[in-house]
Amino acid sequence: MTDSFYRRAVSFTNARLWKLVHIDVLLMGSLLLLIGGGLFILYSASGQNVAMVERQAFRLAIGLLVCLALAQLPPKYMRRASPALFIFITVLLIGVLLFGVGAKGAQRWLALPGGLRFQPSEIMKIVMPMMIAWYFSDRQLPPNLKHILTVLSLIILPVLIIAKQPDLGTALLVAVSGVFVLFLAGLRWRYILGAAALAPIAGYALWQFMHDYQRQRVLTFLNPESDPLGAGWNIIQSKTAIGSGGLYGKGWLEGTQAQLDFLPESHTDFIIAVLAEEFGMLGCSVLILAYLLVITRGLYISATAADNYARLLAGSLTLTFFVYMFVNIGMVSGILPVVGVPLPLVSYGGTSIITIMATFGILMSIQTHKKAR
Amino acid sequence: MSRRHQNFRNYRQEQKLTQRRVLASAVLVLLLAVVLIARLFYLQVIEHQLYQTKADDNRVMLVTEPPPRGLIYDRNGVVLADNRPIHSLTVIPERVTNFPRLKQMLSGIIDINDSEWEDFDDRLKEYRRPYQSLTLKSQLTDEEWARISVDLYKLDGVQVEAQLTRYYPFGEAFAHAIGYVGRITSKDLERVDRQAYQGALFIGKTGVEGFYEKTLFGEAGLSKVEVNARGRIMSELERQNPTPGKDLYLYLDARLQQYAYDLLGDYTGSVVAIDPTTGGVLALVSKPGYDPNLFVRGISVKNYALLRQSKKLPLFNRALRGGYPPASTIKPFMALAGLEYGFASWTERYFAKGYYQINPDGRRYRDWKRTGHGWINLERSIIESVDTYYYQLANKMGITPIHNFLTRFGFGQSNLLDLYGESNGLLPSSEWKKAKYREPWYSGDSVNVGIGQGFMVATPLQMASATSALASKGHYFYPRMTRLIGGQPAEFENGLGDEHDIVLKDQRNWDRMTDAMRKVITDSQGTARRLQGTEYDIAGKTGTGQVFSLQEDEEYDSEKLEKRLHDHALFIGFAPAKTPKIAVFAIFENGGSSSKPADLTGQLFNAYLHDDYPERYDYLKGNKND
Repeated sequence: MTDSFYRRAVSFTNARLWKLVHIDVLLMGSLLLLIGGGLFILYSASGQNVAMVERQAFRLAIGLLVCLALAQLPPKYMRRASPALFIFITVLLIGVLLFGVGAKGAQRWLALPGGLRFQPSEIMKIVMPMMIAWYFSDRQLPPNLKHILTVLSLIILPVLIIAKQPDLGTALLVAVSGVFVLFLAGLRWRYILGAAALAPIAGYALWQFMHDYQRQRVLTFLNPESDPLGAGWNIIQSKTAIGSGGLYGKGWLEGTQAQLDFLPESHTDFIIAVLAEEFGMLGCSVLILAYLLVITRGLYISATAADNYARLLAGSLTLTFFVYMFVNIGMVSGILPVVGVPLPLVSYGGTSIITIMATFGILMSIQTHKKAR
Repeated sequence: MSRRHQNFRNYRQEQKLTQRRVLASAVLVLLLAVVLIARLFYLQVIEHQLYQTKADDNRVMLVTEPPPRGLIYDRNGVVLADNRPIHSLTVIPERVTNFPRLKQMLSGIIDINDSEWEDFDDRLKEYRRPYQSLTLKSQLTDEEWARISVDLYKLDGVQVEAQLTRYYPFGEAFAHAIGYVGRITSKDLERVDRQAYQGALFIGKTGVEGFYEKTLFGEAGLSKVEVNARGRIMSELERQNPTPGKDLYLYLDARLQQYAYDLLGDYTGSVVAIDPTTGGVLALVSKPGYDPNLFVRGISVKNYALLRQSKKLPLFNRALRGGYPPASTIKPFMALAGLEYGFASWTERYFAKGYYQINPDGRRYRDWKRTGHGWINLERSIIESVDTYYYQLANKMGITPIHNFLTRFGFGQSNLLDLYGESNGLLPSSEWKKAKYREPWYSGDSVNVGIGQGFMVATPLQMASATSALASKGHYFYPRMTRLIGGQPAEFENGLGDEHDIVLKDQRNWDRMTDAMRKVITDSQGTARRLQGTEYDIAGKTGTGQVFSLQEDEEYDSEKLEKRLHDHALFIGFAPAKTPKIAVFAIFENGGSSSKPADLTGQLFNAYLHDDYPERYDYLKGNKND
């Protein structure tokens, strides 16, 4: 019986119809699971603000459309467009630096005519791995030293610009998305170990480059109790929310930390703490499992992709998505500094939803444009 | 080299390489996911209890609701300490984002002067529960209240609160008896339950308010509330209502108190009246007083300095703490002591010269009457207040019997059952002098004590209660302020007991002494004969206390002396002499002649016994049936 169920499930996911509209059913299924759960938590985290949930659902819907649209685009066109896109977005980043619109002391936005605003650094999260994957697409793997240095210099410029905005979280993710391509391209272990050895020095250099508030975040992370009502408040309250949730949680809408506003940023960066408080470790484990489903499918798509470009791009995008989630949960639970990375597809808010959904559009395109063997 | 490689690209191998890396990534992803789960396990399972407690500490707060304070009534139901609703402008500092801006905005709406801001800033530094409001301006007028209400929504952290404040309707005449409540200082909080006083605006500081703080305060209500991160109360989890403080009914007669205060005129001084049948204090006057209302919401530095620096010492409670030589008012007690120990008798005759000498050529202790009184007996020594009689009697007795006997009347100790701060006065003994001055007790010391001078010092309250003991023929009640507490007769626990009997070897001496004191008024030579003509008998004794010592042969000439060096004028008395209902001690500081306190006492007797008050005191009449 299980056998026939399995066969039917496989035949469902392999159905020609899905292939025709370029939807990867497993990926889409786990994404919808994640999105649905996210909206459910958001309702509680926003203080039962239906309007907020609706706005988020609307954004997700647009994200889904972007995803479906990109899924129709064959990877070879992406590959060809990669260098031009990279140059274009880099120019835009420089533009932001010069003419950008600020918010909260950071300059990240580019105002478009018609009151629209546009954040080039978000797009760079996709364009960066495209560029590096394109670079390796007609070069022999594993990369030699010259290639490595070339790639690193390609990575460093946009990352520095974004860090300068300053947007440490995005800069980190952009850098990581490029480095992942390098890793998947077969960067030799001795280089990796060498880089690991150099990390402390790089860390020091990064420290010098940081703004005061960024340094403060790191210091607060190292000792949150030092300023319990100021900078340490967020971490202390989120840990309290998570810890007090226990194994099964306090129940939906019953989390005192979240509902009584002790938890800051409860609907954005710290939304996982709401889940942890109201649904306990059980709820968190289910969420993490849903993420792992998405990531596993992404890595599978990467491993089975048709060419180097698709393989490297799919792998990097998937791993970047994981970093998103890992950094967010890590920072909210107090094992990583608070760097302002939202929980992907669950946190309330703007641009990241569109870019993340675009990521999965690319993955679906790669999966569904493979020639049948 | 790379070019050569490119020539022989092995796509299969490159695919394998990337696939291996993808696999390695998958393993890493899994490991990191396990790290996250482990972290959650640590927080949510291992440390769960800790964070559960933290979360509860965050949201659950105990809020104290101050109970309404008990009222203080006089014997006729006149409210002496009242609770009044007021509207105050209060600020919750935690909700104010920008103080200078708030200051500026408020100044455009109502007038808050600099000292009010200073007061506020001072209190901001004191101990305070978070999110507790602080008063910025109390007792808003209706107009101010209306104006501020319009703009309240613009002012973060500012609110108008309805509060009960303490109000003393009759002000300064009662200040030393009733006392006052004042702002709670961190020192006050050391002696009370901190939790109970959260949210309370004031605490009893002095007088009846201070002594009966616990009774008047009642029990604070306590509610467990759920608050949000901004301290706003979201719901009430548990509640225990406050128990209002108990009302006090005093023995004090408001009219008598005010009348006595007014009768002191421009003099500083004190009047204490006691009901000898109960020990209840009918009047406890110390003049000048002060407006106790100034202290309720915290007195300003300027006003306090004015009170502190006044030469008339308005903050000094003369009735409880003023140490005065009893002067001739001690004579009835001295005479009873002589009788008790066999040093005097009613029949023995004594020739009173104008002075007394211990040794034939020793120092002359002068009588107030230069020519002397001639042949007299004990009764006449009281009537005419013969100093030399008491010089010789005290010299014969020595200090020890005097000390022992006067102790039974409450001299040298505090007697009041329910007020703090009473002074012991000074009833000297040879042991005391040795300890204090490292000198033996001399006969001359006894001689001075014989007429209530020298080392002896008594407070007005001691004098009044000793007089009350005379009036009650030794059935002595310790003086007390309070008759009823919450409708129940007051009970006292200070180890003294309520009353005791002073039993004389010859109990007839009480009546005889009363008779002698009656003659102080009725006799043509009596020192208080000016009080003749009442329908009831008055027993009394005059006194003139030296403020500074005259030289041996110096004449006391009031014209030449500054007023502050004039003699104190004293009087003790009780009436009606046979069945006394009131005993009074009165002192006019630097009053010169004892006619002033005698007149005052006579007027108080008329008022109290015959309801013969000037009409202007009708507002203090109360409802006698209450």
